[in-house]
This record gives sequence, structure tokens and C-alpha cells, in this order.
Amino acid sequence: MSGMSRIVKTVTNVAFPIVMIYGLYVIAHGHLTPGGGFQGGAVVASGLAMLLVAYGSVWTMGKIKEKQLSVLESIGAFGFIGLAFLGILMVYLYSGLQGNFFNNFLINQDIFPIFNELGRGFGNINTAGVIPLMNFAVGLKVIAGLFAIVLVMAYATRLKGVKQK
Amino acid sequence: MSKRNFAAVIFFAIVAVFLVFGALMMHPFGEFNEDNYPEMDEYIIDNTQNETGADNGVTAVVFDYRGFDTLGEATVLFTAVAGVIILFRRLKK
Repeated sequence: MSGMSRIVKTVTNVAFPIVMIYGLYVIAHGHLTPGGGFQGGAVVASGLAMLLVAYGSVWTMGKIKEKQLSVLESIGAFGFIGLAFLGILMVYLYSGLQGNFFNNFLINQDIFPIFNELGRGFGNINTAGVIPLMNFAVGLKVIAGLFAIVLVMAYATRLKGVKQK
Repeated sequence: MSKRNFAAVIFFAIVAVFLVFGALMMHPFGEFNEDNYPEMDEYIIDNTQNETGADNGVTAVVFDYRGFDTLGEATVLFTAVAGVIILFRRLKK
């Protein structure tokens, strides 16, 4: 009843992991290759919307609730703002100087070096300090937000002729 | 022609004049111009890898140099999601 035909479901089963992997790659390599949190999150949310179209909104709403998506989006937003506020705190703790909001406090530490054995910020994923962490936070936020929009709108219009008040 | 259409025609004529003058005042493509030399572009291109360690200059600008802009974008997305969920809350049950 819910969802589309078996052909569409099979093609979705094949294409869904590839779309997920590509979107998560774009998020994780946001500071090295073109893309970032917003773009990769949009790719992942498009894959989830494909799943929603193929399997129907009732099945998808049985798997994941929009309340859980709201929690995920809030986690992403708090991670983003928390990393921005940590720029003030960590610079003060390290050096006693006054840090800024959105200060890149991880950039000269051991785990996020500017120079590595390949050169200056070249190719390695542990460069660029706080930028990949912010990419992950924004990516989580965009995934949850866009999929929550699509899921709620699809689930609200699942019945033909909803009685208008 | 009604009064409303007349106002619309006047408005679009003014917008078209502004667009044409804006297109005529654009920098020549691919030429170096001493008068309006884009210092900020040169600064970001030269110093992005030294200061942030990121190869992707666009992400370095979006998440490091212009973090407040990204914060505003995230706020816009959050507001849109909250609005859609509030709007469709009554229809789901």
C-alpha cells in the first residue's frame, strides 16, 4: 500500500548507501575538497528523501520520528555554538590572552598541525583545527533539519482530502 | 492602463536602468585594475593555508574568517525547520 513499486524500492536499496557515503565524504573532507557541512548535509538529506519517496511516509515515520530529528538538529546547533564559545575559553586557558568568538583554538596544537609531513595543510584530514568539527556539527544540523522538513510535510499530506477546519 | 500597472511599469523601468548602469560599471574581465584592486581576495588567497591550515579556501572563509555569517545561516535553517514543524503539527495524528 505505502510506497512505490518494487522496482523503485530495489533501485533505492542499491543507490541509498552510495548516496550516504558520498554525502558523508563531502562533510568529512569539507576543509580539503570543494563542499562542506551545508553541501554534504544536503546530499545526505536528498538520499533520505529518496528513501521517503520510495517507501512512503508512514513506513519512514515508523522508523524515525521527527522528535528524534529535532534532537539531532539541536545537538548540531549546540555543538556549533559551543565550539565558537570554546574559542574564548581555550585561548584564555592556554595563553592568558583574550580570545575571540569563533577563534580557531585547535590550529597550533599537536592533533591539528598546520605543517605535516606532506606540506602545509596538504591532504591530511587532521588539519585546519576547529573547521572539520564545525563541518560535522553543521552537517548533522542540515541533515536533521532538511529531512525533518521533508518528513513532516510528506506525513501531513499522506491522506487525500484531510478535513479542513 | 490602470494605476497599478502604470506603477509597475515605472518601477521596472527604474530597475532596468540601474541594472544596465551596473553592468556598464563592472570591472573588465580578466584585466588587472589598479584603481579598485581587491585586497581582501589577495589576502585570503595568500594567507588561508598559513593561518587556518585548510586547503579549501571557501570553507576557511565560511567557518573561520566569517563565522558569524555561518551562525546566521544556521539560525535561518533552524527557524525554517521550527516553523514547518509547528505549521504541520495539527495535521499529524
